[in-house]
Amino acid sequence: MSMSLTELWTILGCGLVTIISRALPFAFVKSLTMPAWLINFLSFVPITIMTALCCQSLFIANPGHLATLNVANCLAAIPATIAGVLTKSLLMVVVVGIMAMAVLRYFSIG
Amino acid sequence: MGPSLTFRAGVHDVLPTVFGYIGVGLAFGIVAHTSHLSLLVVAGLSFIVYAGSAQFIITSMLLLHDPLSAIFISTFLVNSRMILMSTSLAQYFRHESLTRNLLIGSLVTDETFALAMNKQNKTNGKLSFAWQSAANVVAYLVWGIATIVGAVLGGLITNPERFGFDFALTAMFIGLVYLQLISDRHLGLSLQLMVMLFVALVYYFMIGIMSQNFALLVATVTGCLFGMEMKKCR
Repeated sequence: MSMSLTELWTILGCGLVTIISRALPFAFVKSLTMPAWLINFLSFVPITIMTALCCQSLFIANPGHLATLNVANCLAAIPATIAGVLTKSLLMVVVVGIMAMAVLRYFSIG
Repeated sequence: MGPSLTFRAGVHDVLPTVFGYIGVGLAFGIVAHTSHLSLLVVAGLSFIVYAGSAQFIITSMLLLHDPLSAIFISTFLVNSRMILMSTSLAQYFRHESLTRNLLIGSLVTDETFALAMNKQNKTNGKLSFAWQSAANVVAYLVWGIATIVGAVLGGLITNPERFGFDFALTAMFIGLVYLQLISDRHLGLSLQLMVMLFVALVYYFMIGIMSQNFALLVATVTGCLFGMEMKKCR
């Protein structure tokens, strides 16, 4: 159990940076009236950010070259998506996804 | 997920996402352990910084003895998507007090944001302080505890990937994006599919020439602009 001074400052500084990014927009939105175009823009944030976060695990970056597919993740995504379509349950998507990945790893696929 | 917005409903709704937190939290603890971070530092990172992907980056930068300024800038860049999410989510809490807004804001994550967006599709665009706080606090505690357990187990489990737990987070986002797609009646299915395809293409081409976090931001912002244009054309 120990913490160096650098580690302490890292935790405090990064904590401050993160909480500002998170909480300050709430204070702004509360005190200002949002223009219609901004509300329109923000209505697309959920679908775009979630899609981009999915892409982050489905593609592998190759700096300077085109990205390639993360084959294991893409394969496991198929049964996970089917589970979502069939059950509309987040829990089932996660459970089926984990099981699919465990099976892929067992057979060393991807 | 039903339309109820009580604290209890919040705890119930956030449970499926907990698997993602446990999987990645354990992984972070194990990585932190192998990077020689003490339990105290792991707890500090998880409970004070509380930022999944940024914690991995901070850990590797600490290991490389990068300067504090570089660590702060990286953390800001990785978390800058939070600004977009918080601005988006805050619209649902404008009627609440400033203190409550700041409380919700300080614990928002990718996952609880996505969950809230799914939820408001079921409640005619309404969210409550009790429901959001329940989701936030459960997520916060599960993350912190999972990372500490991971750090303790770090010496014992060498290969958590064998059991597929690292895929939990990806699976969770797949589930959330699918539920968003079928339940956002405001934007509609075809417009959302076009926007998703656009975001995937932009992200695919951008990660070759910039960092993944920048690519994520560029894809998100241009995706929103693309969506606005497409909506005008309809």
